[in-house]
Amino acid sequence: MAKYLLLKHYRGAPASVNDVPMDQWSPEEISAHVQYMNDFAARLEKTGEFVGGQALAAEGAWVRYDGAGRPPVTDGPFAETKDLIAGWMIIDVDSYERAVELAGELSAAPGAGGKPIHEWLEVRPFLAAPPTITE
Amino acid sequence: MDEVLLRSLTPSVLTVLVRRGADFAAAEDAVQDALVEAVRVWAADPPRDAKGWLITVAWRKFLDATRADAARRRREDRVEEEPAPGPTPAMDDTLQLYFLCAHPSLTPASAVALTLRAVGGLTTRQIAEAYLVPEATMAQRISRAKRTVSGVRFDRPGDVATVLRVLYLVFNEGYSGDVDLAAEAIRLTRQLAARIDHPEVAGLLALMLLHHARRTARTSSDGSLVPLAEQDRGRWDTALIAEGVGILQAALARDRLGEYQAQAAVAALHADASAAEETDWVQIVEWYDELARLTDSPVVRLNRAVAVGEADGARAGLAALAVLDASLPRHAAVAAYLHERDGDLATAARLYAEAAHKAPNLAERDHLTRQAARLNARRGQ
Repeated sequence: MAKYLLLKHYRGAPASVNDVPMDQWSPEEISAHVQYMNDFAARLEKTGEFVGGQALAAEGAWVRYDGAGRPPVTDGPFAETKDLIAGWMIIDVDSYERAVELAGELSAAPGAGGKPIHEWLEVRPFLAAPPTITE
Repeated sequence: MDEVLLRSLTPSVLTVLVRRGADFAAAEDAVQDALVEAVRVWAADPPRDAKGWLITVAWRKFLDATRADAARRRREDRVEEEPAPGPTPAMDDTLQLYFLCAHPSLTPASAVALTLRAVGGLTTRQIAEAYLVPEATMAQRISRAKRTVSGVRFDRPGDVATVLRVLYLVFNEGYSGDVDLAAEAIRLTRQLAARIDHPEVAGLLALMLLHHARRTARTSSDGSLVPLAEQDRGRWDTALIAEGVGILQAALARDRLGEYQAQAAVAALHADASAAEETDWVQIVEWYDELARLTDSPVVRLNRAVAVGEADGARAGLAALAVLDASLPRHAAVAAYLHERDGDLATAARLYAEAAHKAPNLAERDHLTRQAARLNARRGQ
C-alpha cells in the first residue's frame, strides 16, 4: 500500500470540461455533488483506502521570511492570480493505477446540469521512509 | 469498577493535592497513579470512603515521587511555605480547580484543554479526538498548560467571567469522536451552577440548554445546515427548553443582568415561538440593545441588524447594517439575506456567493452556495 494525495484546485489547474461556477448550479445539483463526494469518501473508508481529507478556505496568502527582526512578508490577504488549493484527500492504495482510477472517479462528481464536472485533479505520491530491509 | 465515580472524584482529589503544595503536573501524575491503583485493588477490596482512599494513596504517590526527585529540596520548601492548617475556607475544592484551569496566564485554547482534563476528567485521547489532533500533540498542549499554572497558588478567588468564557468556548467547539463537547460543557456548567450562586452562571447554563435543545433540528439528514426559520420545531427538545427558561427566569428575577442572561433571553424568545412567524422580534431587538450596551461587540450589532430587519422590515435592517464594518465575519451573509427580503435578488445572489467564499466552515459554505444558486436559478427563469 502506498499513500497518494488527491489535490483539488480552485485555480491554477486546467479548466474543467463542465466549467460552471457553483453558484450558477441549482441547489439540487449542489446537493448531488456534495452527496457524491461524501459517498466516495465513505466507500473508500469501507475498502480501507481512505486516510483523510479536508476542504480549505478560498483565501490564502504567500508568506516569506524577511530578515532578522522584521515581520514576515505576505502578499496580502487576497490571493488573486496564483494557484489555490481547494481541498485534499489522502488515500492509501495498492498501486498507482488504483490511485489514478480513484482520482478519475472523483473528477466525475456531478456538476451543472447533473453532468460530471471532469475537473483536473492532481495525484501526488507521498515519499515514505526507506524500508528497514533492502535486498 | 465505577468509571463515572472515579471521574467525578478526580478533580477534588487533584485539588486537595495542589492545595497541600504539590505542583499541578506532579499532582496529576500522582492522581493518575492512584486511579490505576484503585482499578487494581477496588474490585477485590472496595474502600468505605472512596475519596479519602484516593487522597491518601495519591498523596503517598506524590511523596514517593517527590522523595525520588532531585528537586526534593525545592518542593519541600514550597510545602513549608504552606499556610498553617486552619479552618477550611467555605469554597468548594472543585470550584478552585475551575478557576485554576481558567487562569489568565493561559491562552483560551490551553484553558479549554486543561478544564476538560482536570475538571472534566476526560482522557487526553478523548480531548485529542474532539479536536481532531494527534494524541501526542494534545498531550504536549496539556502539559505545557500544566507547567504554566504549576506555580499558581490558590490564595485568591478566581474570576468567574473567565471561567464562564472557557465553558462557553467548550460548548461552541462542537463535537466529534466519542465526546460531545457541547454536552460536556453543559455537564460542567451544571456542576459549577450547583457550587456557585451567580446569575451569569445560571444565564450561561440556560443559554447552553436552549441552544442544545434545538441541535438535532439544526442539520438535515445529509449534514446540511437548516436555518432557524425552516427548522422542524417538533424536533426541539421541549424538556430542555422548559428547564432553560426556568433557570433564566430565576436569574433575571435577581436583576443583575449580564451578557449570558441577555443571550439566553434571545434564545428563549426563539424557543418560545411555535412557528417562525410568531417570533417576537420586537422583544428580541430590545434584548440585542441590552447586549450591545453590555458588550459593545460588533457581532452583537450584526445580529441586531438581522433582528431589526425582521421587526421593522428589510430596509430598516439594511440601515442598521450600513453603519457596521463590512469586514465583519458573516457581514456579507446578513446583507445577502436582507437584500433578498428587500426584493433585490441580483445583489442578494452576488452577496451570498461572496459570503460562501469567506465562510468559516464547510456546512456554512455549502449552505450559502445553495442560497446563491437558488436565487440565480430563480432569476434565470
